Amino acid sequence: MAEVLVYVDHVDGAVRKPTLELLTLARRIGEPVAVHLGAGADTAAPVLAEHGAVKVLTADAPEFAEYLVAPKVDALQAAYDAVSPAAVLLPSSAEGKEIGARLAVRIGSGIITDAVDLEAGDEGPVATQSVFAASFTTKSRVSKGTPVITVKPNSAAPEAAPAAGTVEQLAVTIAESSKGTKIVSRTPRESTGRPELTEAAIVVSGGRGVNGAENFPVIEALADSLGAAVGASRAAVDAGWYPHTNQVGQTGKSVSPQLYIAAGISGAIQHRAGMQTSKTIVAINKDSEAPIFDLVDYGVVGDLFDVVPALTEEVKSRKG
Amino acid sequence: MSLRIVVCVKYVPDATGDRHFAEDLTVDRDDVDGLLSELDEYAVEQALQIKEASDDDAEITVLTVGPEDANDALRKALSMGADKAVHVEDDDLHGTDALGTSLVLAKAIEKTGYDLVVCGMASTDGTMGVLPALLAERLGVPQVTQLSEVSVADGKVTGRRDGDTASEQLEAALPAVVSVTDQSGEARYPSFKGIMAAKKKPVESLDLDDLDIDADEVGLEGAWTKVEDAAERPARTAGTIVTDEGEGAKQLAEFLAGQKFI
Repeated sequence: MAEVLVYVDHVDGAVRKPTLELLTLARRIGEPVAVHLGAGADTAAPVLAEHGAVKVLTADAPEFAEYLVAPKVDALQAAYDAVSPAAVLLPSSAEGKEIGARLAVRIGSGIITDAVDLEAGDEGPVATQSVFAASFTTKSRVSKGTPVITVKPNSAAPEAAPAAGTVEQLAVTIAESSKGTKIVSRTPRESTGRPELTEAAIVVSGGRGVNGAENFPVIEALADSLGAAVGASRAAVDAGWYPHTNQVGQTGKSVSPQLYIAAGISGAIQHRAGMQTSKTIVAINKDSEAPIFDLVDYGVVGDLFDVVPALTEEVKSRKG
Repeated sequence: MSLRIVVCVKYVPDATGDRHFAEDLTVDRDDVDGLLSELDEYAVEQALQIKEASDDDAEITVLTVGPEDANDALRKALSMGADKAVHVEDDDLHGTDALGTSLVLAKAIEKTGYDLVVCGMASTDGTMGVLPALLAERLGVPQVTQLSEVSVADGKVTGRRDGDTASEQLEAALPAVVSVTDQSGEARYPSFKGIMAAKKKPVESLDLDDLDIDADEVGLEGAWTKVEDAAERPARTAGTIVTDEGEGAKQLAEFLAGQKFI
């Protein structure tokens, strides 16, 4: 069976959920071979094996942390040369897309980004994408070279499928030309203890109707009762009420959770572009004419400052 | 001329319009108005700020690949303050994908001459966000991408990249490819004077022959990817909408419990 390279997204060996989803999708088109770059391969390998990696190729070098993206492209290319895979899968993060893009140029292959599903086809893997603010669904394939495909988080439920997960060291030579962009300093983002926005199963977002940074705790409390991530509309972010890293929409993050709750968000096209593929959509808004209500599975026309805190209490009491 | 800046821009279908696919499964550009991709306005703005802050003479060339109408995107950038424009236009480019576009842009950038290439973080139609990395790879220069802050001094570009898990301070020697996010700073509106001045600014037109690119390397036939099917997403079935008269939260909780979210 053909091998499929899966680029591992991790923090010091703690494998992030989108990678487990990639392994699950990779099994549909071949045998997953995971590529783990940087520290923590010992921690990551058993998790990768548990989710179907027949092999784990690892390499660690200071250059991965000292320079932007390019050294990792060198390493992934080394893995590509070692394996000759049927496809290369990466997570649709900013970095995943950039690594995939540069690898595609080097190996003369096409790239598809932001796939939401993946299946085997007669002429290679077929990727489903959601385009034009999720108003269209397309099916595409790479027609030249080895398919390089980046996949959005929440595109598949990670499934356990124990495999050998044999760890092998990957010999990597990092080119001088790959040391062009120096990472002078790195400030880790402070953890909020909440799930990562793009990976969360539930997202609760606040918009213009939240009416001030001081009111966002109302949204956060509901999110915490549900174990959800917190999002914000562009209006709320531009007003300085919530950090840009939490912005959901065309110029922010695109999310596709099981449940999306929009509070005080009108539903401008730019916001819809970032959340329209959510499985279940709920909105709470004073304005019964708000376009967000065209999308919802359940909508409450009402003041979010009445409905959201009461809902938080309901959730807490039902969860006991 | 000591600092040559090339800004790559894209003419995109208006996202508030009714976007469609044409029969050949390329983006239908005939039935919807186009405009300069909003995210590219940020790139033009940062290029202008870099020029304004520069001790050297700096010149901004705005570059696009696209059909005749794409000229509108160039005019907008020129009216904001870019100095000149290059328009790569060729019938054989219809249906070119990201890999192909990066090839055309890279050749045009090399032909124009550059110290710094500035791009938006992504287009607002394709939204792939890979073009700056593709360009850096093709040009063989550093990529300094996804910046919320950028500055150029002493032959170096520095900037801040805000990622999911960390914020990084980056630095690279010129020449380099930069991309900026929508957090880099609001784009200016063209002034009346700027709009009038733009009419007189030079727009150079190039085709594939000028760039030594074979037609079979680009276009729909030459694309590295193929769209096999495009289907309009079925409209969502109308959901339940209730008006809160004191029971809204309870009703919503019932719904969420029914869906097994709580």
